[in-house]
Amino acid sequence: MPVAQLDTLVATLMAQAYECHGPVVENGAIVMRELAVPDGLPRGLQAEQAPGHYRLTRDPLNRYFAWANGPQAIKPQVFAPKESMWRVERDAAGALQFAAVLPEIPKQAIIGVRACDLAALALQDAHFLRDGRRDAHYAQRREQLFLVAVQCAVPASTCFCASTGDGPTPTTGYDISLAELAEGFVVVAGSDKGAAVLGALNLSRATPQQIDAAQQQGQAAAASQTRSLPGRLSLSGGNLRDVLMSQLEHPRWDDVATRCLACGNCTAVCPTCFCHAEMDVPSLDGQASEHERKWDSCFGESHGHLHGTNVRPDIRGRYRQWLTHKLATWNDQFGRSGCVGCGRCIAWCPVGIDLTEEVAALTTGEAHT
Amino acid sequence: MTAKPAIDAGVPHAATVVARTQESPSIFTLQLRLDDAAAQAAYRFAPGQFNMLYLYGVGEVPISIMSDPGDQGSIGHTIRAIGRVTQGLSSLQPGDQVGLRGPFGRGWPLQEIGGHDLVLVTGGLGCAPVVSVIHYVLRRRERFGKLVIIQGVKHAEDLIWREQYDHWATLPDTQVLVAANEGGALWPWHVGRVTELFSMARFNPERAAAMMCGPEGMMRAAAESLLQRGLPESRLFLSMERNMQCAVGRCGHCQLGGSFVCRDGPVFSWGQVKSLLAHRGF
Repeated sequence: MPVAQLDTLVATLMAQAYECHGPVVENGAIVMRELAVPDGLPRGLQAEQAPGHYRLTRDPLNRYFAWANGPQAIKPQVFAPKESMWRVERDAAGALQFAAVLPEIPKQAIIGVRACDLAALALQDAHFLRDGRRDAHYAQRREQLFLVAVQCAVPASTCFCASTGDGPTPTTGYDISLAELAEGFVVVAGSDKGAAVLGALNLSRATPQQIDAAQQQGQAAAASQTRSLPGRLSLSGGNLRDVLMSQLEHPRWDDVATRCLACGNCTAVCPTCFCHAEMDVPSLDGQASEHERKWDSCFGESHGHLHGTNVRPDIRGRYRQWLTHKLATWNDQFGRSGCVGCGRCIAWCPVGIDLTEEVAALTTGEAHT
Repeated sequence: MTAKPAIDAGVPHAATVVARTQESPSIFTLQLRLDDAAAQAAYRFAPGQFNMLYLYGVGEVPISIMSDPGDQGSIGHTIRAIGRVTQGLSSLQPGDQVGLRGPFGRGWPLQEIGGHDLVLVTGGLGCAPVVSVIHYVLRRRERFGKLVIIQGVKHAEDLIWREQYDHWATLPDTQVLVAANEGGALWPWHVGRVTELFSMARFNPERAAAMMCGPEGMMRAAAESLLQRGLPESRLFLSMERNMQCAVGRCGHCQLGGSFVCRDGPVFSWGQVKSLLAHRGF
């Protein structure tokens, strides 16, 4: 697909009544917002990232997707940061009447999602669409989603998706996938919906050289990543899950607790974190009340609240809960780690705590059970 | 024992308070009946499961069901007024309405432990999940062996249902052991820690099962005593508490290691949770 046809792809989706979301520069960062016009995608930007650091810089090759991921991508579109679950009203006789609240969701396309976010979406699906207890709100948004994925050509220093096996080239879970080369995009359809959209674009077949170049670009991006999580077999004590669960009293938890502010930024930007609080918002006239849910964080004081006490009163316990859930007990729940290597928790941590560095410290030395 | 909610669990059902009992200065019992007669008829639960009770405009709290599953007329909840919602619930009177979702979670393994001696250990203020089992067993006495009821409280005046304990102590094949860390005037039971009672408990460890509910430190100490007596780990069960907001394993607050207490518990076997109970903050 020629570079100039990227706008046509967006226009085609808009013509098919998709509300298109894509990269927009806002407050110095790339965020996903609804696109007003098909030809407004930012071009020539990279995102320089390091622990506690994110800056947009120029891309010398003037590419569309040379930026590594910003703070959010797919999660807010399927698991809304805040929404109403049900509503209760007093009828004329004063009796309580409960009713589910389900919003109308338009068809949505997200342009420019990365392999790590597709992997994270699969984990959110596993949680919210579990057999027998499907979350109606999540399901409704999920069904409306059309995903245009992009191969990551320029990972940030915080990225480690190659070590978690989730990137940088999208392999599954997209409708259309793009790999950006100098002369244009190598495009793959991943679903019937995606193939139908591509069919309307009348594209010529990519040459074997172009397909090869895209593949090599992905391999080079993987090789350029400097951070990693230990793989299943690279630890002497066994897999990462078992090793972490054997280190629950490691002095490193006290050490990280002196640096961690318990601000919850890491959980807000994490594409797999699913915790949410439920609360009631009564109307001012007292005649109705909305039962809402909104994103919550295991770093907050109320997360471990238990009738007058707190299960996790200190930051040491909260950081340990977050890290052992994400990297260890997530395996018990969903058959794999809850980390997809996006590195957001590292870049958006105000004090630059690096998950991979903490894991390295926790998994070396003797056991502290 | 798992029972899927027989009624829709996503949105509360309106329920009406049919009776209210003050059990102690801070503990009260609400008997609730679902307003929709069909929902009330379809409602089934297992002892050890819980409901989410909703106070209009304030919020929901998880409350154990303490009534007998055979009582079709109403659903009993014994509640301590301690937070925003429970303090509000304590002011409700018969005829007032609440919302109810449930039942949720896994209850006690009552089929599995049929024919066994039962050791029931509770600590703290009126431990409803275990008291519901006592009622359940007494109504089906022929299905079980000896019954040992062990209850510990901090202060003598914290013991609710005192007449019931006196009554249970008179029943055949039933032993009641109560301890208060601090006794009081006319306190007929032991003064000291509840774990000091275990040596007095009469049961056959080879064909006994234990069920516990209460503070985690107490349950750890109780488990140690019972295992030392020769009770197999596989027949030691406990009911866990964590922050619960959704009750369907979704909101994440109640996680205990890889388990969602609201869905995979609140009743666990000792082997499932013992390694995590040793660590404060899990």
